[in-house]
Amino acid sequence: MALPLQVQAEIVGREPAGAYHRMVLRAPGIAARVEPGHFVAVAIGGADSAMLLRRAFSIHRADPAAETIDVVFAEAGRGTRELARLRVGDSVNVVAPLGTPFPLPAEPVSAVMVAGGYGSAPMFALAEKIVADGGSVAFVLGAATAERLYGVDQALAITEDVVVTTDDGSEGVRGFVTGPLPEVLTAVQAGVVYACGPMGMLRAVTEVATEHDARVFTAVEESMACGVGVCMTCVLPVVGDDGVSRFVRSCVDGPCFDGTKVRWDDAGTIPADIEGAAAMGAH
Amino acid sequence: MTDGYGGFADNDDAGDFDAPPSTIMLPGGGIDLATRLGSTLLPNPVTTASGCAGYGKELAKFFEPAAIGAVVTKTIMPYPRSGRATPRMAETPSGMLNSIGLQGPGIDAFVERDLPWLAARGGRTIVSIAGGHVDDFVALTERLKGAPGVVGIEANISCPNVANRGQVFACNPATSYDVIRAVRDAADPLVPVLAKLSPDVTSIVDIARACVEAGADGLSMINTLLGMVIDTDTMKPVLAGVTGGLSGPAVRPVAVRCVHQVHAAMLDGQMARVPIVGMGGIRTGLDALEFILAGAAAVSVGTVIFNDPSAPVRILDELRAALIARGFGSLEAAIGYAHR
Ligand SMILES: Cc1cc2nc3c(=O)[nH]c(=O)nc-3n(C[C@H](O)[C@H](O)[C@H](O)COP(=O)(O)OP(=O)(O)OC[C@H]3O[C@@H](n4cnc5c(N)ncnc54)[C@H](O)[C@@H]3O)c2cc1C
Ligand SMILES: Cc1cc2nc3c(=O)[nH]c(=O)nc-3n(C[C@H](O)[C@H](O)[C@H](O)COP(=O)(O)O)c2cc1C
Ligand code: FES
Repeated sequence: MALPLQVQAEIVGREPAGAYHRMVLRAPGIAARVEPGHFVAVAIGGADSAMLLRRAFSIHRADPAAETIDVVFAEAGRGTRELARLRVGDSVNVVAPLGTPFPLPAEPVSAVMVAGGYGSAPMFALAEKIVADGGSVAFVLGAATAERLYGVDQALAITEDVVVTTDDGSEGVRGFVTGPLPEVLTAVQAGVVYACGPMGMLRAVTEVATEHDARVFTAVEESMACGVGVCMTCVLPVVGDDGVSRFVRSCVDGPCFDGTKVRWDDAGTIPADIEGAAAMGAH
Repeated sequence: MTDGYGGFADNDDAGDFDAPPSTIMLPGGGIDLATRLGSTLLPNPVTTASGCAGYGKELAKFFEPAAIGAVVTKTIMPYPRSGRATPRMAETPSGMLNSIGLQGPGIDAFVERDLPWLAARGGRTIVSIAGGHVDDFVALTERLKGAPGVVGIEANISCPNVANRGQVFACNPATSYDVIRAVRDAADPLVPVLAKLSPDVTSIVDIARACVEAGADGLSMINTLLGMVIDTDTMKPVLAGVTGGLSGPAVRPVAVRCVHQVHAAMLDGQMARVPIVGMGGIRTGLDALEFILAGAAAVSVGTVIFNDPSAPVRILDELRAALIARGFGSLEAAIGYAHR
């Protein structure tokens, strides 16, 4: 597992990307450690900031030669609004790389990358790696609206098998990614599906992939206080190799999980058979 | 005050500080940061707060566990415990609410897997324990006898007492006394027992006194304050557990007040003088110094670790510099200095 570094990173690039912002950070030592699916935890404000908790973002690209990593983020609340105000030359404190990245196939494989909104961010570097290893990729990129799609051009630079969906039909097929997904899986005879996006989408993609006998790996987005595995806020019910379900930390054991091991329907509850549930009844 | 670090107290730059009377400088320009918790001597006063550093392993990617005074573990219970449903946290101004529900692997897995790792890494471990019954605390304490690297037991009495309709032990002097007395009796005599106090009480001095009378070798204070946040979009509580514990710099003035009150009661002779481990929103060396001036002999760094994973070692360095800048020759000379 790649050891994370904590560094003060200079913002060396900023650009709008549809509904999102792309931010390039010079973060010495980090890029060479990054694998697709890793995330970065960005501190909001300086040493006196009233926003104590770091914000997590998928690492979109890592360039070891330039010592840069970049992220694509939406303005979702007060922390990301603060980040959106920063300019080239400003700096932010980052901890990266964090988390368990996407497992790479051992042999060349036909992979389908499925993403919702900025969930596509980690997918392009992953797809390039799979292609470089002799595999092939297709993309199904979805979003609520055309401007919330991210990286269709990057996908097209890797493969011509790109399907786009929007909820409102403003670009591509109207509807959710799961609409065209079965057809794509059959057409490319997919061996593996990689997915990143909202929980409901990941659950649905896992179902479709399983029906098509494809492996499925999902990157989840849970609220995280620490991002480094010490606080236990980011847990999801996941079935272990021993068949026992546990609340596991999505910041260290994830964010990339085998989708078939995550108990999607039980997230946000205490399933009766989760390890240690009995002890909760006592008090 | 002319040797060692150059006698800052005599220096014009230090004129703003009310210099303490006696200081002992160590050869080589060091300052004695050692601190005593009962029979345990820690090389320095900075520890991690329970629940904010796991069992030490994750943070070892950011600093050596042996570099700080001790690692206080996440509270351990007798059996594996799932913890509460998510969402388990909400960020608040200069702080956060948590509602983890003491998720953990249980004492057996902890003793077999986590404790040896920390000990092998040279870390000193203060094990935080909790249970629903006094008997649980006793069983946990006995299980820790002879375990490697354990330099203290912190009894987290801010947990619900099953026998008393779930009222937390720490809310009542009698139930606090019962737990601490039982843990003290069951523990290895050479291992200090700390009582972790809740600030959500009418008189923290009364609870502290009961714990000291029960044989506590030290007091850890404070645990989180109960709070809640309502999401104005969904118009429901943010936390699945509805309420949660407030921590972080937002609670620091409350925590400093608690430490000051209890230390004052000790100086007054209302209870025996035992070391206090102060915590609540410590972010810098100066914050740590505030607790020490109020009467703490050691400090714990909690929520701020989430902001800065290497905060404990940074705070230790800053504290050392702050003590030296004020002309203190040892940590001990600064403990309770605000009471003079
Ligand atoms: C592993 C991971 C990867 C992510 N990748 C991206 C990405 O590439 N691009 C992107 O735009 N966003 C990404 N997110 C979501 C991003 O972290 C949140 O949008 C952001 O934290 C919101 O912060 P805020 O202060 O603007 O919102 P607020 O709602 O004000 O935040 C309050 C608190 O809740 C937490 N929080 C709120 N929403 C989320 C969320 N959706 N996920 C996790 N924590 C949340 C915040 O971290 C903060 O602690 C990712 C989240 C995770 C866990
Ligand atoms: C996420 C989280 C988990 C915690 N878990 C525990 C715990 O298991 N046992 C305990 O005694 N205190 C626990 N605490 C309380 C801290 O140890 C500490 O008393 C409190 O947070 C105040 O210090 P701080 O502001 O530096 O965090 C927890 C705090 C947080 C934020
Ligand atoms: S965010 Fe703290 S354990 Fe995962």
